[in-house]
Amino acid sequence: MKKTYKIEVDCANCANKMEEVANKTAGVKSATVNFMTLKMIVEFEEGQDVKAVMQEVLKQCKKIEDDCEIYF
Amino acid sequence: MNKKQKKVLVRILIAAALMITFSILPLKGMIKFALFMIPYLVIGYDILRKAGKGILNRQVFDENFLMAVATVGAIILGEYTEGVAVMLFYQIGELFQSYAVGKSRKNISELMDIRPDYANIEVDGSIQQIDPDEVEIGTIILVQTGEKIPIDGIITEGTSTLNTSALTGESLPKEVSAGDEVISGCINLTGVLKIRTTREFGESTVSKILELVENSSSRKSKSENFISKFARYYTPLVCYGALALAVLPPIFNMLIFKHPAEWNEWIYRALTFLVISCPCALVISIPLTFFAGIGGASREGILVKGSNYLETLAKTDCVVFDKTGTLTQGVFEVVGVHHNILDDERIVEYAALAECYSSHPISKSLQKAYGKPIDRSRIKDVQEISGNGVTAVVDGKNIAAGNGKLMKRLGIDYQECQHVGTVVHLAIDGTYAGHILIADQLKQHTKEAVHALHAAGMKNTVMLTGDAKNVAECVAEEIGISQVYSELLPADKVKKVEELLAQEGKKEKLAFVGDGINDAPVLSRADIGIAMGALGSDAAIEAADVVLMDDDPLKVVKAIRIARKCIRIVYENIYFAIGIKVLCLILGALGIANMWLAIFADVGVMVLAVLNAVRALAIKRK
Repeated sequence: MKKTYKIEVDCANCANKMEEVANKTAGVKSATVNFMTLKMIVEFEEGQDVKAVMQEVLKQCKKIEDDCEIYF
Repeated sequence: MNKKQKKVLVRILIAAALMITFSILPLKGMIKFALFMIPYLVIGYDILRKAGKGILNRQVFDENFLMAVATVGAIILGEYTEGVAVMLFYQIGELFQSYAVGKSRKNISELMDIRPDYANIEVDGSIQQIDPDEVEIGTIILVQTGEKIPIDGIITEGTSTLNTSALTGESLPKEVSAGDEVISGCINLTGVLKIRTTREFGESTVSKILELVENSSSRKSKSENFISKFARYYTPLVCYGALALAVLPPIFNMLIFKHPAEWNEWIYRALTFLVISCPCALVISIPLTFFAGIGGASREGILVKGSNYLETLAKTDCVVFDKTGTLTQGVFEVVGVHHNILDDERIVEYAALAECYSSHPISKSLQKAYGKPIDRSRIKDVQEISGNGVTAVVDGKNIAAGNGKLMKRLGIDYQECQHVGTVVHLAIDGTYAGHILIADQLKQHTKEAVHALHAAGMKNTVMLTGDAKNVAECVAEEIGISQVYSELLPADKVKKVEELLAQEGKKEKLAFVGDGINDAPVLSRADIGIAMGALGSDAAIEAADVVLMDDDPLKVVKAIRIARKCIRIVYENIYFAIGIKVLCLILGALGIANMWLAIFADVGVMVLAVLNAVRALAIKRK
C-alpha cells in the first residue's frame, strides 16, 4: 500500500535525512521525501498498521530534525 | 515572506548592527566578550538550542551542531567578530534559501493552478455552486464567462471561445459550440455554456493532470540520488578532517619538529573546515533545478512524470515516431481532384452522393469535403461492389465511383494518379470524369520538427508505420526523416524499437513518440515514451513518461531542449559547488582562507546555485 503525506521541513538536507530514517523504519517498504512539494510518499509492507508505522516514522524524524512535521 | 522569515530577518538586522557597532568600539576583556554575546545569542539562540537537542539525539553531524561548534570555538579563541559573523551569514543563507524555495514553490503551483473550485448547476431556476466531486455523470453544468470548465463533457447549449493555454501552452483560443466535446481545465472566455458531463471529476482531464504533476518528482533522478549520497559522506568526512587538522599537526610540531604546538592556529583552521562542512548548496539546488524544469515544461503543455525522465530526455539521440496521428493528422482528407472534366466541387459532390450510404472512412472524408447535407432523394439504385466501389444514379446520371478495378470492370479508360494516397475514380454515364485524391495530411509543423531535431544533434530519426512501402517512403522523404520502416503490425513496432535500442550506446537514449492509441507497449518499451495529443486519452497518460498536451510535433524538440538546459544547470551546480568547497577546504587547511572567506564561500555558493537553479523555469518562447 502506498500513501502520500504532507510534511513540513525547512532544509533540503533534513528532508534527505527524513527519507533515510523513514526507509529504515520497520514496516516501511520504501519511502521518498520530496522537499520541493513537501510530500512524503510511503509504501508500507503487507499487513502493517499504517498509523503505528507512521508514528514511529515521525518519532525517528523528530530525532534528526526537531522542527519537522508529518501530517497523518 | 512569511512570519517566520520576517522574524529571522529582524534578528539578522539587529545582530548585524550590534556586531558592527561593537567591532568599531575599542573594547577589551570581559566587557568585549559580554557585549559580543548579545548579537551572538540574538542570531544564534535557536541554532544552539537545536545543537543541544542534536547532541541528546546523538546527531553529531547535524549542521546546527557543527555551526555551534565552529562559532563557540571561534569565541573561545577570542575571535568574537568572526564567531558572530559566521552565525550571522549562516542565518542569512538559510533565510535566502527558504525564501527562494518558497517563492519557486509558489510560482510553480500557480502555473499549475487549473483545479476548479466549484461547478455550477441549475436547481429550480437558480444557480448553485457545488463541489465538482459531487457532480454525477450526465449532469448539466453551467459554465459562465471567465470560469474554468470543471469537468469533461459535451456542450448542449451555447457557443464560446475557450482558452486552453493552461493545459496545452497554446495561446490561440479555441471556438466551440453545441455538440463539441470539451475538457476540464479550459477557461470559458466569451459565452455561457451548458455542458452535459461525461465523466466524474476524479476521472476528468484536470484531475489526471494534477495527479501526474503532483507525483512527478517522486521519481528521483540519478543526479539527485548522487547528491543525497554525497551529502551523507561529505559532512562526516569534513568533520573528521577538521578533527585531524586540529590535533595532528600540533602533535607533529611538538614531537617531531620540536616546535611550539601552535594549537590556536590549527584549531582555528579546523573550525574553518566545520564552516564549509554543510552540503546545503548542492542539496537544495539540484532538486530545485529539476522542480523548476518540470514546472517550466508543464507551462508549455509538456508534462514530465519525473526528474529521471528529464535526465533521459537530455541524453536522447534517436527519436522514433509513429506515423499516423503523430507526424500526420490521422484523418483522411481530400487533397486534390485531377484530370477532371467538371469543376472540382461537382466531382466531389457526385462522389459524395454516390458513396453516401457507405460508412467507409473514404466515404466520410468525401462527405466532409462536400460539406453540405446530403439530399438522399437525388440518389437512386445504389449498388456497392465490394472491394471496388459503388455505382448509383444521381440526378438521373449514372455515376460510378471507386478504384481502378471498378473502372476496368466497367470498361472505362482511366488515368493513374501520380500522387500518394487513396484514389477515387469517377465516371459519369460511362465517361471518365477524373479522380479524387484522398490522403492523410502532414501536421503543420512536422517538417520543421524533424529538421529541428536534426539541428539539435539527433543522430537518428525514425518513422514506423503500418502503411504501404511507397506511401511511407514518400512521406519520409518529404519530411526529411532519416530512416523509415513500413508495413508494420503493432507488434512489429515493439520489435523494431527493440532492434533500434540494441544499436544505441550505453549513454545514448531512444525516445518513442506516439499518439497513445495502439502503441502503449512501444511507449513503455522505449527508454522514454512520449505521448502526444493526450488531452482526454487516459491510456496515453498512463503509458507514457512524457505527455504532450497538444499534438504539435515541435513540442518534442522543445521537451528535449528544456531537459538539456535543466541537466546543464544541474551539472554546473554540481561542479561549481563541489569545486568551490574543495578549494576552500584546501585553502583553509593551508591557513590561507580564514573563517570569513569560508562563510562567504559557503553562503555565496548556495545563493548562486539557487539563482542558477531557478533559471530552469525560464523557457524561451518563440
